[in-house]
Amino acid sequence: MAKILRPKEMNKCLGCFACMTVCSTVNQSNHALSKSAIKVRTIGGMTSSYVAIVCLGCSEPACMEVCPSSALKKRAGGGVLVNEETCIGCRKCVPVCIARAINFDEERKKPIICKHCGVCARFCPHDCLQMIEAKEGMLDAE
Amino acid sequence: MLNERFIRVLHVDLETEKIRIERREDLVPYLGGVGIASKLLLENLNPDLDPTAPEQPIVFAIGSGAYIFPVLSKTVAMFVSPLTGEMGESYAGGRLAMAMLMAGYDALVISGKAKKHSYLTVSTEDVNIRDARSLWGLPLNEASLKVRDRENSDGVSGKRSILCIGPAGENGVAYACVAVDTYRHFGRMGLGACMGNKNLKAIMVHGNRSIPILNQKQYFKAYQDIYKKCTATDMMAKYHDAGTPINILPLNKAGGLPTRNLQSGTFEHADNISGEAFAQKNLVRKLACSGCPVGCIHVGMYRREFDKGHEYEAISVAYDYELIFALGTFLGVKDTDEILAIIDEVEESGLDAMSAGVCLGWATEALARGYVTTKDTLVDLQFGDAAGYIQAVKHLAKRRNAFYQTLGKGCRVAAERYGGEDFAMQIAGNEMAGYHTGYGSVVGPAVGARHSHLCNGGYSLDQSMKEFDEDALVEGLFKEECERCMTNSLVMCLFARKIYDRETILMALNSIGWELNDADLTAIGKRIYQTKLQLKQALGFEQKDVKLPKRFFETPSTNGVLEEETAYRLIRKYVEKTDALMQETL
Repeated sequence: MAKILRPKEMNKCLGCFACMTVCSTVNQSNHALSKSAIKVRTIGGMTSSYVAIVCLGCSEPACMEVCPSSALKKRAGGGVLVNEETCIGCRKCVPVCIARAINFDEERKKPIICKHCGVCARFCPHDCLQMIEAKEGMLDAE
Repeated sequence: MLNERFIRVLHVDLETEKIRIERREDLVPYLGGVGIASKLLLENLNPDLDPTAPEQPIVFAIGSGAYIFPVLSKTVAMFVSPLTGEMGESYAGGRLAMAMLMAGYDALVISGKAKKHSYLTVSTEDVNIRDARSLWGLPLNEASLKVRDRENSDGVSGKRSILCIGPAGENGVAYACVAVDTYRHFGRMGLGACMGNKNLKAIMVHGNRSIPILNQKQYFKAYQDIYKKCTATDMMAKYHDAGTPINILPLNKAGGLPTRNLQSGTFEHADNISGEAFAQKNLVRKLACSGCPVGCIHVGMYRREFDKGHEYEAISVAYDYELIFALGTFLGVKDTDEILAIIDEVEESGLDAMSAGVCLGWATEALARGYVTTKDTLVDLQFGDAAGYIQAVKHLAKRRNAFYQTLGKGCRVAAERYGGEDFAMQIAGNEMAGYHTGYGSVVGPAVGARHSHLCNGGYSLDQSMKEFDEDALVEGLFKEECERCMTNSLVMCLFARKIYDRETILMALNSIGWELNDADLTAIGKRIYQTKLQLKQALGFEQKDVKLPKRFFETPSTNGVLEEETAYRLIRKYVEKTDALMQETL
């Protein structure tokens, strides 16, 4: 069964940024935090809570619908996969994401979208991020 | 610079409002961190001017491998210390190392004095000196918040680092601190006053440059090995669990917990304020510095009644062993809520918690013994009275009268002026740390380059040496000082010193393109120590002038009563080592 990433227990987040480090490393071969598909941030300074902004794995992805070149394809389990060959870098997917989870790589002119590979969850020292079994329509149920 | 064979330095001149970017191949033998910062301070300092002169530079530097390896999460600051008058060196975690790496600078050198109260922003594409006139005088956290809100733009939240000073730094208290991202600090030796002298209230650093990984396989293997050591072994467990305050009880039991201005090495209320007690009563959250999966930052909360009629607010502050010592046991305060309340006041004022506590400890005893009166102290300071200390902290930060003016220069200066030098618990001008464990805890900071217990970990040698041996202690201190010069060129968090043995350091550095061996690491450490000794020499430091307060030799330590003559003999033996080092060609 396909799995999907869920920032289940962000109340436990330490703000260590290991998730972003390994995401950029593994998926972009880059040290830059700005290349990570998952974004951990505070909601207002260090005294406030941490949140993770990452693809929700929509069953009807708006990013895919808006893509003029059909470069975004549905991923089994939820979310999309980007075909960089056919992506023209138009950025239309960026503003339509309701989770604001799509990041645009200004260097490569391609969107950075989480593909739910789970490397961030493996390196989360406090088990805030988890890979869970995907179920049909689970986004609505949550 | 990561992936390059040069060090990239940003110079900011606050006076001319011009910047200069240097590419320094010649600094590569110093690796990074404290190595390059020492060199840059040596080049830019003005030995003829007063330590408090705004012309004196401030240097910040990140280490080689900063942020991209777990626990290489700190930044070093070097400056001329307003407290000791000589080499100033301080470390802070938070997000600064990550932000400097992403911005693209290994080091930042700030010189001159801004024409008006200002704050500085540094990002990948821009550097600005901005108006901070309305921020001057604000408590530390309120000022940071204003900078954060004003500089808010898309995508920077959570990725930038904000450094800020409080009223103590503005008013030139010689041990004013700089807070980094709310919970971490360049605590010691007065960097806050250096910023204040420059009219500089805050600094914000942010970056978003691309940093390609040259050898992904090798780098990620090294990263994973180190990450696993940090998270899957118990090597770092105590720092995350109850944190550093877990040391309160064992140190108390061993008689090495400085209490009531070191009138004693044990505190009868230690159980009330132990790491366990804080965890049970006050701990509400743990946080990490960017790039550290350990998460040692312990945030405690207490309820403060701000008005009659059941009016309360929840105050949360970070606590650690050294704060509980300095603002707790050293002042005889025996309640966790009360200690957090004093920490909160120290925090908002922007003082170094350790120096502030130790100075107030001296003031309390000086008052009791009649060296000063309540006309001087304005508060009837008494061991155990937290409310009095909270008032005194405010007076100290505002430098309310002649007494607090003087106390703001450190307890050495205050005792020279008012008397009571025998119980002014400083070493070479720097207030003592929370260890009275033996000769190591006294001689270590006396000979250490920045007179900190962390220069060479003397207090730790006291506890690990089976039998006291003068030569072994001297050798141990010297070896550790050299080693920490090297590890601080990576600016690793000292908690991780067991994770990063030499083999691990070489694995990490070589995976990102260095070609170093064990002998190179030794040479780097010695080279840096030499530079620090040059700095101290340039600033007129004389080891023989260091006079230790008598109290160290009266109150029994973990290893019994210490002899004054032995301590001075150890210092003389140590000087032979540094003299020999200065003759070495590396």
